[in-house]
Amino acid sequence: MNLDFTEEQEMLRTSARDFLTTECPKTLVRELEESEKGYSPELWKKMAELGWMGLVIPDKYDGMGMQFMDLAVLLEEMGRNILPGPFFSTVVLGALPILSAGSEEQKKEILPKIAGGKAILTMALTEPSATYEASGVHTKAVARGNSFILNGTKLFVENAHIADYIICVTRTKDGASPEEGITLFLVDAKSPGIKCAVIPTIALDKQCEVVFENVSVPKKNMLGELDKGWPLVARTLEQATMAKCAEMIGGAQAALDMTVAYAKERVQYGRPIGAFQAIQFYLSDMWMKVTMSKNITYEAVWMVSEGLPCTEKVAIAKGWVNDAYKFVTERGVQVHGAIGTTRDHDMGLYYRRAWAADQTFGNTDFQREVVARQMGL
Amino acid sequence: MDFRFAEEEERFREEVRAFLKKEVTEEFLMGLEDRGELDFSREFTKKLAEKGWLAMAWPKEYGGGGATMMEQLIFNEEIGYFQAPTGAHRQGINLIGPTIIAHGTEEQKRRHLRGITAGEVVWCQGFSEPNAGSDLASLQCRAVEEGDDYLITGQKVWTTNAHRADWCHLLARTDPEAPKHRGISYFLVDMKSPGITVRPLINMVAAHDFNEVFLDNVRVPKENMVGDKNQGWYVSQVTLAGERSQIGLPSSCKRTLEGLVEYVKETKRNGEPLAHNPIVRRKLAEMAVEIEVNRMIAYRVAWMQHKGLIPMVAAPASKLFGSELLQRLTGIGMEIMGLYGQLELGSKWAPLRGAMARMHMYSLGIAIAMGTNEIMRNILAIRGLGLPRA
Repeated sequence: MNLDFTEEQEMLRTSARDFLTTECPKTLVRELEESEKGYSPELWKKMAELGWMGLVIPDKYDGMGMQFMDLAVLLEEMGRNILPGPFFSTVVLGALPILSAGSEEQKKEILPKIAGGKAILTMALTEPSATYEASGVHTKAVARGNSFILNGTKLFVENAHIADYIICVTRTKDGASPEEGITLFLVDAKSPGIKCAVIPTIALDKQCEVVFENVSVPKKNMLGELDKGWPLVARTLEQATMAKCAEMIGGAQAALDMTVAYAKERVQYGRPIGAFQAIQFYLSDMWMKVTMSKNITYEAVWMVSEGLPCTEKVAIAKGWVNDAYKFVTERGVQVHGAIGTTRDHDMGLYYRRAWAADQTFGNTDFQREVVARQMGL
Repeated sequence: MDFRFAEEEERFREEVRAFLKKEVTEEFLMGLEDRGELDFSREFTKKLAEKGWLAMAWPKEYGGGGATMMEQLIFNEEIGYFQAPTGAHRQGINLIGPTIIAHGTEEQKRRHLRGITAGEVVWCQGFSEPNAGSDLASLQCRAVEEGDDYLITGQKVWTTNAHRADWCHLLARTDPEAPKHRGISYFLVDMKSPGITVRPLINMVAAHDFNEVFLDNVRVPKENMVGDKNQGWYVSQVTLAGERSQIGLPSSCKRTLEGLVEYVKETKRNGEPLAHNPIVRRKLAEMAVEIEVNRMIAYRVAWMQHKGLIPMVAAPASKLFGSELLQRLTGIGMEIMGLYGQLELGSKWAPLRGAMARMHMYSLGIAIAMGTNEIMRNILAIRGLGLPRA
């Protein structure tokens, strides 16, 4: 057993923290929230130069060949700082499934572009049915000649408006179970028939409605096997859920740090409010939730990284971290008092993200039900 | 990071598990209940000593096994899971033994350590007093020099197992003029000494674990003082040296949860298994989450100790969370059982032997013992987050 990060991981963490502190101040975060694109192409280029987009892409596709655990370290820092933009959708929802199931040709074509910061990706999984389960996939793909024709509406698709490729999860067959008959396609986002609109969300994180109307996709762009795509989705969801948890623990730690600092400097009744036991108890409970979130996240990330079966552990981690992040940011606002409730205050940036992240890849109700099933209930 | 245990550690876990499966049977636990000694068995403690597991992490020169903290963690996790009785050795192994090793004289080591490692001598702890609970340093029990002895007079309270113990390690004031932390000394007292009266304090489930201990001019030889005169407060801080993960709380909860899962699968309400009820599912899943999260912070505590670090903040956090979890879990168990949840041991109608209600009422004390959970939160705030003292 070894519960420490490697020296390389610690270095990655420090350099990421320094870089983001300098390059992505909260003024930029707010500016990007309000911008149309939602990301900064200059910052994106610098991240590519640091090798971040290619972190988990093997050397032979121009990446750095590191592991999912390393990626989690980077994501934790991104969550801590809040980094708007398509890193998550490109790397976690794009590169990882291509690495898992892509043909050699697909890998050669797309992975070097991702590593070089030249391609933005996303995955179109959820629909107006608003579930992460296979039963929610209704978008149809029908074979015609050397292509498939896609029809349907996808919802809550991050960054589709700026994407070069959309990995679209479709139904190609009505099988005996909802998991049967799912097929994934790598779709050129400029294909005729794709209509994309950004929907207003609490975290202004550029989620889109994407309508596919008779979109023709060449057969060679199928990702993985025909009708047997669900295990790939499930695997990607496990990775994405833990990647999200990594971001969330970073954000929760930042919210805690801000609140502790404020409690030490804000004076009422002649002493810092952090000297009052009521405030101390809030803060110690916050500390506990953050610390426990980190420990459970690292364990589940490690299991994903090692390729171990981890359905229950991932659901345990996400369910816990959901509640913890919401709790910590809510107490954070409370300790800050009125100023914490304003649009201008940084605590709100984290509060809004805590609630957005809670819903993404399964909220607590969803995760508890997964755990219940895994327990044999 | 690597969350896997080494192969020999896994083998050790299997060996402990096999032993506990054989020893800590349903009949054995019911036998303890019948004697009113839920967490106390001298025989079981001796068996652990014979296996060499009692003082497994003590240094070899003092009769220990020289095991690592991770091995101790594994052992404690299994002991917790089987809900095995540890009352007859907990004080000796975790508190008094390490204190004597750190601060005792050669004579004290020779005289006391073997009895602890052999599981033959039971210790109790004379710290709390009627007016010194969380604020322990305000204790008033007095020790006055007379020739080669001290005469100790005062009252101790919440003394677990005082009625069963052979020896007591206690704190008494030797300098009433000094600032409160600097006038306390640490004594080893034979419980058979004249002048000691033990009176039972019966807890909510009518069990006798706690006691009041009255000391009336109890004569204690000077050689039974551990460390220097008036240094007792600092000597007592070594009691933090044992394995501190509190892994036994989540692992015991895990066993209890498994029992509940079986119960809801087998039990029907309105023709439907309870396991199909969404509220029941949600509650039990929530407990599975909390148990797992607790296990990981306990592992972190042991890992820090394994590396020679002091888990100043993580250890109190684990205790705080684990004790509150035990309350929640057993409370949820009672809620799920409905009317049956109120049944006591001994009723033929009681699900899971009636252990749920009993454990629930016991669990209240764990949030108070070993430093109340409010003190734990103070420690997190002040030591962990650097907040000013209230």
